[in-house]
Amino acid sequence: MVEFWVNVFLISLLVVITFYIIRLKSLIAIVALSGAYSLTAAAIFVNMDAVDVAFTEAAVGSGISTILFLAALRYLPLEEAHHTRFSGWSLTLCIIVGLMLINAAFSLPDFGDPGAPAHLHVAPRYIEESYPLFHIPNVVTNVLASYRGFDTLGEVVVVFTAGIGVIILLTGSTLSMRFRKSENLPVQNKEASKKET
Amino acid sequence: MSSLYSVLLNWNYIVVIMLMMAGLYIIISNQNFIKKLVGLSIFQSSVFIFYISLGKVSGGTAPILTGVSDTVYSNPLPHVLILTAIVVGVATNALGLALVVRIHEAFDSIEEKKLLALKIEDGHQENEQKDNKL
Repeated sequence: MVEFWVNVFLISLLVVITFYIIRLKSLIAIVALSGAYSLTAAAIFVNMDAVDVAFTEAAVGSGISTILFLAALRYLPLEEAHHTRFSGWSLTLCIIVGLMLINAAFSLPDFGDPGAPAHLHVAPRYIEESYPLFHIPNVVTNVLASYRGFDTLGEVVVVFTAGIGVIILLTGSTLSMRFRKSENLPVQNKEASKKET
Repeated sequence: MSSLYSVLLNWNYIVVIMLMMAGLYIIISNQNFIKKLVGLSIFQSSVFIFYISLGKVSGGTAPILTGVSDTVYSNPLPHVLILTAIVVGVATNALGLALVVRIHEAFDSIEEKKLLALKIEDGHQENEQKDNKL
């Protein structure tokens, strides 16, 4: 029962954090809040028995992601240029879609129901058969590396492609210009680089 | 009373949908690209929480075998899928941030409206040049 109320509290905390992300203008504050959001999500994952997901989220989602955002902000303005006007039609769209989804969510199996279809098909096989086959007590590691190794291979390919993309984007003709900007030296070839792009 | 109970029982699903729509709202309505990326990552994590909620079995424990018989374990399959998705999400974020940095270098702005205005101005200039040539 305690577990349930902790879950309700933490997940409501996410709503508060998201509200302030929408309201705030300072980008540093927004990035810090998104790190807090990831850390709260990691706590929720621990509470819902997903320990492996929790430490990946804490390390990668809250750590590396925040560092990447802060590193990018070094070259960017730290404030939103002008306050975003309240846009009625997008809010209406979001509310309509949200209500439709909530309506659909009530026909899902109840939260934590052991008889839900998702728990009856392959999951029992993974839990019962993986230890005799591979002798690793952690079922998640087993499934990740042994049963679904190709998924992980695909993930590595995606990360590799994204890495190549980042390198190609950031080591272009304007690399020297970026270094000069970060050292607050006068930018001389601004016109030239504009013509290039 | 029973409806209140069912709302509280499925509070996870409702909040996940609220977060998802908040992320969508940020992506649509905000002009700043960094804030759009944060909105995208909020949308993403809401899906992660949804999957993990589906995998939860009440009274269960983490799917690490204890050797004690009759232990109830949560469903390990959503955990595996989300583990992959988190890492891919960060890779996407990195690519997006690299694009934003390059956009700022090239146009000195990361606000959507300013960039669109620049594009329209460029279009006018090109048209004028064509007219002059003619």
